[in-house]
Amino acid sequence: MLKRWLPAMAVLTALLPMSVLAMTGEEVMKKAQAAFLYPGKDFKARVTMKLIAKDGGERVRELVMLRKNFGAPGGEQKYFMVFFKPADVKDMSFMTYKYPAKDDDRWMFIPAVNMVKRIAAQDKRSSFVGSDFTYEDVSGRDIEDDSHAIEREEKVGGRDCYVVKSTPKAGDADFGHKLTWVDKASFLPLREDQFDRKGAAYKLFTADEVAVVKTHPTVIRRTMKNQQTGHRTEAVYANSDYEVGIEDSLFSERFLRQPPRKWLD
Amino acid sequence: MFARAAFLAVLLLAPLAAQADLALSGFLQQNTAFNTRGANPDGRHYKWLEERAQLKLDAGEGAWNLRLKGDLAWDHLGRQDQSELREAYVDYSSGQWDLRVGRQVVTWGLGDLVFVNDVFPKDHEALFAGRPLDYLKRGVDAVKLGAYPEFANVELVVAPHFRASRIPDARRFHLYDPMPAVASRATTMPGQGDWGLRLYRDVAGWDAALYVYRGFQRTPSMRADSMVAPTRISYFYPRLSVYGASLSGRVGEGVLSLEAAAYDSPEDRAGSDFAIPNSQTRLLAGYQFQPVEDLTLGFQYYTEHMQDYSAYRATLPAGFPVDQRWSHTLTARVTQMFLHQTLRLSIYGSWNEGNGDRFLNPELRYSFNDRVWAAVGANVYGGKAAGAFGQLSRDDNLYLQLRYEF
Repeated sequence: MLKRWLPAMAVLTALLPMSVLAMTGEEVMKKAQAAFLYPGKDFKARVTMKLIAKDGGERVRELVMLRKNFGAPGGEQKYFMVFFKPADVKDMSFMTYKYPAKDDDRWMFIPAVNMVKRIAAQDKRSSFVGSDFTYEDVSGRDIEDDSHAIEREEKVGGRDCYVVKSTPKAGDADFGHKLTWVDKASFLPLREDQFDRKGAAYKLFTADEVAVVKTHPTVIRRTMKNQQTGHRTEAVYANSDYEVGIEDSLFSERFLRQPPRKWLD
Repeated sequence: MFARAAFLAVLLLAPLAAQADLALSGFLQQNTAFNTRGANPDGRHYKWLEERAQLKLDAGEGAWNLRLKGDLAWDHLGRQDQSELREAYVDYSSGQWDLRVGRQVVTWGLGDLVFVNDVFPKDHEALFAGRPLDYLKRGVDAVKLGAYPEFANVELVVAPHFRASRIPDARRFHLYDPMPAVASRATTMPGQGDWGLRLYRDVAGWDAALYVYRGFQRTPSMRADSMVAPTRISYFYPRLSVYGASLSGRVGEGVLSLEAAAYDSPEDRAGSDFAIPNSQTRLLAGYQFQPVEDLTLGFQYYTEHMQDYSAYRATLPAGFPVDQRWSHTLTARVTQMFLHQTLRLSIYGSWNEGNGDRFLNPELRYSFNDRVWAAVGANVYGGKAAGAFGQLSRDDNLYLQLRYEF
């Protein structure tokens, strides 16, 4: 794992301007958002999520995730997902138009009745396909929804990190506050501790494996653990790739009903 | 027959398609629905009792795609052949258009078990007999052309042969019959096909669509040879044209759906033939939202308006149930997920303000693992004897669905 890191570190350290040292919490989180959720014009991965119960029981969710940016980091994005597993959601597809500072638009294709349906969903805390990740954990949370402050600096796995405390401005988040360990070099969040509103440890995010994909350091294995229930979800982003040439027209009812085969591997 | 042909086709095509992208999947299923309020008209106590295997083949190569989906059923209610070819079509996809030819399910509109612009065949019996959702729609044998020019998306569905909706079987459901003594009955199917056109696009963040349908009512009307001393009843499918529109978009925390359609009965424009449905206006408004995580609420208001009500009243024979000029229906659905969305409680209720027609369908569904799920539920009906649900008030049932998917 460390080996995969070395080239990226060399490049990024050389590029780092001195002014970074005087960043605010908000600036760190903005850079983290750009590095974690917005690199490249577009992105594609085959995501396998293992939902692991406290007793070890496992369920698997497998999907292709396609993402395209329609603006600068923090701006509009579109997501397109097609499910392979489990069997009862196979061929189900899912589309999100994500807007800054506004709730997403979402559509779902239900193969059982061959119907495309616009769906209402609580963006803030809804679990993503029953996993420990929320929709926000997968596709991001508006930076402006929280106030951010750098608490301290600390190493995670030998890497220098800012530790940023984020507190929601409104009461509609899944957490009371959270601490994020943001890598000073790559600006990827390597660890996130979420606390509930009573201040008790709630969910723990860890970036378990980072690889450089087309110059973008990318978290290709991650875990979210609910420390209160012992349930956890491990997500592997296989075949991660950027600049794959996703057309604007993909994000349409036509392709929700019939996803182009070229995107399904 | 169809199913056997499909299975044979799967076997024959499998090696041919070996070089294409190929996926074979399916399920084994047990489905039981038993009465909770008495026997069927045929004396049995089950609405449904069968084991079923489904095989689905998807094969693709370049711009082409093939889908075959067939069911083999083992029925325990003395019915001959419940096996069927569910879907069998070929897709061709080009940059700006695509084509689907063969048996396919087409669903239009926005309603939740309320159909305004969804003029395609349904299986009402499947809903009432506690079968899984996949059986709510019947495929049509049709050509579907999709075109995607700049101004709008276009979908044209042309079916050379009309396919009716499946209504509950009178041997297992207590259907309202104004002339129960007449034994001689025959059904005439339309001798031609039907077509529908849908135009849809985004309008300022809203999903907007226009619909046209020219064809026939999907459920039959009945006519007696004599109103005084009837000896013979014929069932037929009156001509129907539908012109509709729909709109859906985000309002507040949820999704608002609006749908409207004019149902034109060309065989009875005057509305004076009570055997043919009067021309109608149908309006639907629905709102769906998620107040808290894993809980979804959906509400619908649906109204039907008869166009030529006085003509209908003037010619309706005495003793026949009277429909109202305006019919108002409210529906609600509550869906709550538990245990990482592996356990789902869903309750659907529908109530008509005019005749008290009502339907309640609670269901609990659990996924034991990634391959096996089971659902238990109930269908509870009520209302006046001639109402759509009211006639079924002796048909309340409890059902079980168990499926292993592979």
